[in-house]
Amino acid sequence: MSLLRRLLPAPLLSAALFLAWLLLARSVSTAQVLLGLALALAIPIRTTRLRQTGVSVRKPLVIIRYVITVIRDVIASNLEVGWGVLTWWRRQPDAKFVVIPLDLRDPAGLAVLAMVTTVVPGTVWSELALDKSALMLHVWDAPDEEAFIRRYKQRYELPLKEIFE
Amino acid sequence: MNASFWVEALVALLLVLSGVFVLVSALGFTFLRDFFLRMHPPALAYTIATWCVSIAGIVYFSALGDGLAMHHLLIIIMLCVTVPVTTVVLARVALFRRRMAGVANTPPALTPPHGSDSEE
Repeated sequence: MSLLRRLLPAPLLSAALFLAWLLLARSVSTAQVLLGLALALAIPIRTTRLRQTGVSVRKPLVIIRYVITVIRDVIASNLEVGWGVLTWWRRQPDAKFVVIPLDLRDPAGLAVLAMVTTVVPGTVWSELALDKSALMLHVWDAPDEEAFIRRYKQRYELPLKEIFE
Repeated sequence: MNASFWVEALVALLLVLSGVFVLVSALGFTFLRDFFLRMHPPALAYTIATWCVSIAGIVYFSALGDGLAMHHLLIIIMLCVTVPVTTVVLARVALFRRRMAGVANTPPALTPPHGSDSEE
């Protein structure tokens, strides 16, 4: 293993920590930059054994598009679930468990998928098969199960496969 | 009407919007009867309601404070990373307990447990 690789086991994590530190400190004075650099170097080294190593992230454009999709869907689903709660007395949503066959296998990718699923209102991550071949969600309103599965895989799983695999 | 009026109006709008979403979320949380149904409304509180407050903070302190204040963004990011942990654990526990208690309409495990007949 090269020296650079040993000093910087996770360059993206280091960059994120450095940025987060400067944001929190709200200053770019020499002292804060040095402190941020020290943390950004030390934390990834101290925590290598806690993380899956060798996570590779590709296609920054796909990542940006994915983030925008998720933000838009969060807002849309918020309105949908909120409206569903307010009009509960008139129409009860068709809530059910849905099993989705998975193609994504990368643990980091699945972690992101779990995060997105939880953050978008209307879906709750309920179970992942031990061999990662299927996923069970509780869905707030899914009258058409097939369409929901197709939409979920196309919208959330496919971009993650491109990014992580 | 000066610029700070419009900034304050925008901040007020965002704060009220956030309050409305939290109210709807709390309503759903109290009157829904099924555990899994009840897991959905709180998502309103930890997504759009928090986003509105954080953006209101960014707008207010950037416009009327001293310099750009982007650190509220970290609230949004940290919540996105930490909330799924508790949510997934809650869902798993609820499913486990329902299966143990034999509650009707509980879906079977995706992976059959060891020693069961369905596992060849």
